[in-house]
Amino acid sequence: MENKKFITKLKNEYLGRTYAFACGLFIIILTLSIIFFIFTKGIATFTKDGVSLAEFLFSTVWKPEGSPKSFGALIFIAGSTLVSVGAVILSAPISVALAIFMHYISPKFGSKVLQPALELFVGIPSVVYGWLGFSILLPMLKAGFGGIGFSLLAGIIVLSVMILPTIASISADAVKVVPANYMEASYGLGATRWQTISKVIVPAAKGGILTGVVLGLARAFGEAMAVQMVIGNSIKLADGLYSSTSTLTSILAMDMGNTATGSTWNDALWSMALLLLIISFIFILIIRVIGKRGE
Amino acid sequence: MEIIETKDLNLYYGENHALKNVNLNVKKNSVTALIGPSGCGKSTFLRTINRMNDLISNVKITGNIYYEGKDVYSEYDVIDLRKNIGMVFQRPNPFPMSIYDNIAYGPRIHGIKDKRKLDEIVERSLKGAVLWDEVKDRLKKSALGLSGGQQQRLCIARTLAVEPQVILMDEPTSALDPISTLKIEELMDVLKKQYTVIIVTHNMQQAGRIADETAFFLVGEIVESGKTEDLFYKPRDKRTEDYITGRFG
Amino acid sequence: MTSKQKDKIWTGILYVVSIFVVILLLILIGLIFYKGRNALNLSFLFGNPKVAEAGGGIAPMFFNSFYMLIVSLFITIPLGVGAGIFLAEYAKEGRLTDIIRLCIETLASLPSIVVGLFGLLVFVKMTGWGFSVLAGAMAIALINFPSLTRVSEDAIRSASANVKEGSLGLGATTWQTIAKLIIPIAMPQILTGVILASGRIFGESAALLFTAGMSAPPLNFDSISLAARSSPFSLFRPAETLSVYIWKLNSEGMVPDASDIANKASAVLVMMVLLFNVSSRMLGKKIHDKYSGEN
Repeated sequence: MENKKFITKLKNEYLGRTYAFACGLFIIILTLSIIFFIFTKGIATFTKDGVSLAEFLFSTVWKPEGSPKSFGALIFIAGSTLVSVGAVILSAPISVALAIFMHYISPKFGSKVLQPALELFVGIPSVVYGWLGFSILLPMLKAGFGGIGFSLLAGIIVLSVMILPTIASISADAVKVVPANYMEASYGLGATRWQTISKVIVPAAKGGILTGVVLGLARAFGEAMAVQMVIGNSIKLADGLYSSTSTLTSILAMDMGNTATGSTWNDALWSMALLLLIISFIFILIIRVIGKRGE
Repeated sequence: MEIIETKDLNLYYGENHALKNVNLNVKKNSVTALIGPSGCGKSTFLRTINRMNDLISNVKITGNIYYEGKDVYSEYDVIDLRKNIGMVFQRPNPFPMSIYDNIAYGPRIHGIKDKRKLDEIVERSLKGAVLWDEVKDRLKKSALGLSGGQQQRLCIARTLAVEPQVILMDEPTSALDPISTLKIEELMDVLKKQYTVIIVTHNMQQAGRIADETAFFLVGEIVESGKTEDLFYKPRDKRTEDYITGRFG
Repeated sequence: MTSKQKDKIWTGILYVVSIFVVILLLILIGLIFYKGRNALNLSFLFGNPKVAEAGGGIAPMFFNSFYMLIVSLFITIPLGVGAGIFLAEYAKEGRLTDIIRLCIETLASLPSIVVGLFGLLVFVKMTGWGFSVLAGAMAIALINFPSLTRVSEDAIRSASANVKEGSLGLGATTWQTIAKLIIPIAMPQILTGVILASGRIFGESAALLFTAGMSAPPLNFDSISLAARSSPFSLFRPAETLSVYIWKLNSEGMVPDASDIANKASAVLVMMVLLFNVSSRMLGKKIHDKYSGEN
C-alpha cells in the first residue's frame, strides 16, 4: 500500500519536479562549463606558451609565423572597438528618432509600418547583410572614394543597419513608459511637442535608451560574419575610416580553421575568444549598473 | 469532535498578524457563513483549511486545524486533504476545455480512467450542481462559452466530482448577477444534505438566507459565532450589532 | 527661431528619418529578391553544387539547414520548456534563482562565434565526432536556449494565472497541474516563439563554421541510417548549411558563378526567414483572437 502510494507520487510529482529542477541546474552547469573551457584554453597562451599579457593586449605586431613570432592583438581589439563604436554613433541617433516617432509623432504608422519593418530587419541573417555589403556597398564606396572598398567604414555602415532594430526597440520601450503626468505637466506649461520630447521624455527615458545603446554596442562587438565580409581583413591598424583592417571576430572566423591545435598561434586565437567572453561580461555588468542607477 | 475545528489559529503574512487566535467548530452537514468587512481575514481563514496558503511564501501559522479529528498539517497529505475539502472561488475559473473535460479533470487526476465511470461521475456532479439539464446536450463544447452563473455552477460540479466531504466557498456569488446568485443559494440547501459547506460572504443578507451557523470576523479574529438567527437578532457583542445594523462595513 | 518653428523642423526631421528607414528596408529586401530572382529554379533548389563549373545547386545545403533546425529543436525544446517550468513554477525567490537568471543573461549575450568555438572544443574535438550535424545542432541549441526559456516562462506564467488555484484545489499536484493543464494552454504561445526562433536558426552561420563544418557531402536519400556518412539523416556527418555556404562562396569562390549562386541562395534564405516570421505572427494573432474572443 505504501509502495503503490509512492509510485503514484513519483509519477505525479517527483519525476516531473526533478526534471524541472534538473533543467534549472543545467543552466548553471552549462554557463560554468563554457566559462571554464574557454578560460582554460585562452590562458594557455600566457601560461604554457609564455606570451606576455601586455604584449597580447598592447602590441600591434601580429606575426604568428614570423621570426621572431609575435602575438600582439591590439590591431584586432582596436578594429572591433572602432567598428562597434562607429556603428553605434551612426545608428543610435536614428534609432532614438525612430523610437520617438513610433510613439509620439505617428503611433499608427509606427505600429503598422515601422514595427514590422524593424522585425524584418532583425530577421535578415548576418551573412546576407555581409553579402549585400560586399556586393553592393563596396562597389558604391569604390566608385565614390576609390580604393578597394573594403574598409572600416563599410563595416561601420553594415553594422549600424544590423544594430538599428536592437537600439530602436529598446528605446521605444523606454520612451513608452514615461509617465503621462510628466507630459501633461510639460504641455500644461505651454511647451511644444518637440520641447516636451527633448526636455522631458528623452531625459526621463535616458536609462532605457542607454541600455539599448549598450546592447547595440555589444551586438556589434560580437558580430563576426557580416564584418568579416566587408572589412578587408588586413593585419594592420586602421589609419582612417577608409582603411581596411581586422576585428577580433573576423580574425577568429578566418584563422581558427587554419591553425594547428596546440600551436601558439592557435592558443592566441583562443585568448581572443576569451577576451570576447570577458568583454560580453563587462557589457552585462554595465547594463545591470545602468538598470540599478535608473531605480 | 466536529468535522472541522480550529484551535488558537494564528497566521502571519511576514510581520502582519492576519489571523488572531481563531477558534471555530464547524458541524457536519451544515452551512456555516463567515461574514465581516473586507480585509478582516475571512478568506485567509478559509484558505488555511485546505492549505491553499501553502502557495504563498512568507506565511507562518501557529495553532491547529483539525479535519475529522486529525491535524491538517501534520497528519494529512495535502493532496488527500484537498480531495476531501474542495474549494469554489470568487471568480468562476473554468478550465479552457470542454464541459465534460472540466468535470472529469479531478477524477482523472486521481487515477480514474474508465470512460463509463467518468461519464457517470460527470452526470452525477452536474446534477448535483443543478446544471445537468442546461448542458447535457453540449458536454463537448467549451466551458468558456457558458454564462457567468453557469460557469460558477460548473466549478461547483467540478468540485463535487472528486467527492469531497467539505466544500469551501470564497464569496462564490459576488461576481454574479442576482438570478444566478439565487440559483446558487438554492443549491446550498441541497448540498448540505450530503456535504458540509463553509461560505465566505460579504453579503449579510445572503448569510441570513442560507446559513445555519455564522461567524463574524473583525480584524483577523472571530468576534462572535453561533446560530445565524442568534447572531442576527440577539447579538451578544456590540461590534456584531453595529455590523449587522449597518453602522460599518 | 521660435519654439513653434523648431517644433515643426524637428517633426519634419523625424518624419524624414522614419521614412528613410522604411525605404532602406524596402530597397534591401527588393535588392535581395531582385538579385536572386532566378532562384526559384528546380535545378538550383534541388541540384547538387558543382565543382569548378557554373550551374551548381544548393540542395544538400538547403536540406542541411532544415535538418539542423529540426535536430536542434529536439534538443532545445525539452530543455527550454523544462527551464521555463522551473522558473515559473518551482523556483523560489532567492540567491539560487538570481544566479540562474544571471546565467541566462550571460548565455544570451555570448557572441555566436564564441559559442561556435566552445562547440568546436567540446562537441567536435572532445567527443571525437568531428564536424557533424549533432555538434552544430548542439551549438545552435545553446544559442537558442535562453530565449526559448524566456518564452516558455512567460507563456507558462500567463497560462497558469487563472487555472492553477482551481487545479490545486481539486487535489492535483503542482506537476500534474503543469503537465495536464498549464502546458497545453501555454503551448500555442510557446510554439509561436519556437517558430520565430526557427527563422533565426535557419540564418545562423558563425556558430556553425566550426561545428557543422564547411563541407556538404553529397546525400544519398536512399539510405536512412543515423550514422553512415552518406546518409542524409546521419547525425555524425559534416553539414554545411545554406548560410555557411554563402559565406564560403564569398571567401573562397571556387566556382565561376559564385556571385550568382550567393545572390540566389541569399534570396532563398531570406524567403525562408520571412516565411517563419509570418507564420509566427499568424499563429500569434490566432491565439490572441481566441483568448480575447472567449473571454
